[in-house]
Amino acid sequence: MKLFLFRLFILSVFFNLFYLSSPGSTWIKNETNAIQDTTTFVSKFDSLNNRCFKCHGQPRYEYTNESLGKVVRGNMCSDRVVHKGEFYSSNHRSFSCTDCHSEEYAKFPHAGELRMEQKYNCLDCHGGDTKFAKYHFEEIDSEYRQSIHFKMEDQGFTCWKCHNPHTYKITVRNSTNLKSTIEYDNSICLNCHSDYSRFQLLSDRKEINIIQKHDWLPNQALHFTNVRCIECHTQINNNIPVSHLILPKEQAVRLCNECHSQNSLLMASLYKFESRKQRRDGFLNGIILNSSYVIGANRNEYLNLLSLIIFVCVIGVIVIHIIFRIRKNNRTY
Amino acid sequence: MYLYPKWIRAWHLINAIMFLILIITGISMQYTDKGNPAYVVGFAKAVKWHNFAALVLIINYIFFVTGNILTNNGRFYRLGEKGFLSNLQKQMRYYSWGMFKGEKHPFPVTEERKFNPLQKFSYVLVMYIAFPLLIISGIGLLLPEITITTFFGISGLILTDILHITMGFCLSIFLIIHVYTCTLGARPTSLFWGMISGYHRED
Repeated sequence: MKLFLFRLFILSVFFNLFYLSSPGSTWIKNETNAIQDTTTFVSKFDSLNNRCFKCHGQPRYEYTNESLGKVVRGNMCSDRVVHKGEFYSSNHRSFSCTDCHSEEYAKFPHAGELRMEQKYNCLDCHGGDTKFAKYHFEEIDSEYRQSIHFKMEDQGFTCWKCHNPHTYKITVRNSTNLKSTIEYDNSICLNCHSDYSRFQLLSDRKEINIIQKHDWLPNQALHFTNVRCIECHTQINNNIPVSHLILPKEQAVRLCNECHSQNSLLMASLYKFESRKQRRDGFLNGIILNSSYVIGANRNEYLNLLSLIIFVCVIGVIVIHIIFRIRKNNRTY
Repeated sequence: MYLYPKWIRAWHLINAIMFLILIITGISMQYTDKGNPAYVVGFAKAVKWHNFAALVLIINYIFFVTGNILTNNGRFYRLGEKGFLSNLQKQMRYYSWGMFKGEKHPFPVTEERKFNPLQKFSYVLVMYIAFPLLIISGIGLLLPEITITTFFGISGLILTDILHITMGFCLSIFLIIHVYTCTLGARPTSLFWGMISGYHRED
């Protein structure tokens, strides 16, 4: 019997070990996976835009130089490359290139002075427009101006550093797969914070090793794949969809029970949109359970009550037993 | 009579200390909140101590199982003898009735019968069913990356955690009853002293 139980125990351990899923010790390497595109969107400006994508749609371009009478090949500067698939799955996919860029770009070779073209920022289109009023872009802008990004690098930093206008897509609000949304959103931060060559373009600071900086965090890989960087690194604001007030590192959340508690801040950030739905199975913050599990935040009220009843009953029986023992002893002596 | 050799006493002591740490830190992790950031122990400390105590407990459990295989102490944990259920009833009747009427203990401790039927049954349940389940589910939570992500559409982590806290709760209740029944010896403290000195004193 004992040997059988022991073997059963060993088998159970292996069962647990072999049905593995590997959530993300390689989370940084996988960051680009979230950007893969499967869009079937057909733009009414497709043929117009294709004139641009012909050269700007990939890192290498070629054209026939008619005055030289030969084909010229070259590498496109990475900042000028816009992948067609990514563009047509982005928020701005219904635009033509010349909605934002000068009509003059239709001519090739492009005029040199076009390099001085003033680029739009978010508020140029989204600010003061009743159509976008519910997203409170002005408040987002105000938060951004209080954020550490703006304070440290107000000259170099713009909305575009995080929200590439050619590829950015809203994710968490419409997410059907929270894990890939988290991966996508975190890849925005990691574009600079895990790539020193990009980080250097905006900051004189030494390279930051994020893995080492988060050494204090238990189950680091699990946290990195189940919450966004901004959960801890921004200040919650219920008025806007996603907080933009990136805090200095000293003010980032470090108290575990900010999330691991019954009034978990995750319900006001990552699960803000899902939290409007209900789950009626007794779990506190049960909506988190659709995609994750957070110790301390996902207590079950029924189990809590049951355990309390059992505990009280056991203590009650013991107290009654003690009373009978005392009465018996009193009778004996 | 000498009933508890040194290795059993050492295992029992370590088990008791680690289990107490695990209960305190486990409750802290489950119930620490923003309003009471250190319900008993703060969350971060609770995680560290829970992990540490769990590792010691696992090693100690392996030591216990190995000890039971290598020595004849394992014989005390064998169920299935004839009349076991009626003996179990006799023992329960004694605790709930007979002992108050001055009846003699139905199964006095001898070198060949260290545990009464109720003790034996509960110890086998605890050591060979609840403990392995607690340890396996604990490993699943300690290393969540190796835990099944979904099981019949339900998150593997939730199931693992529910199993873990259920086993933890059952064992905590066992601990309360175990400590109380240890006051039922010749004197309320004699069974505790027995586990320290190794010698059992019968009524």
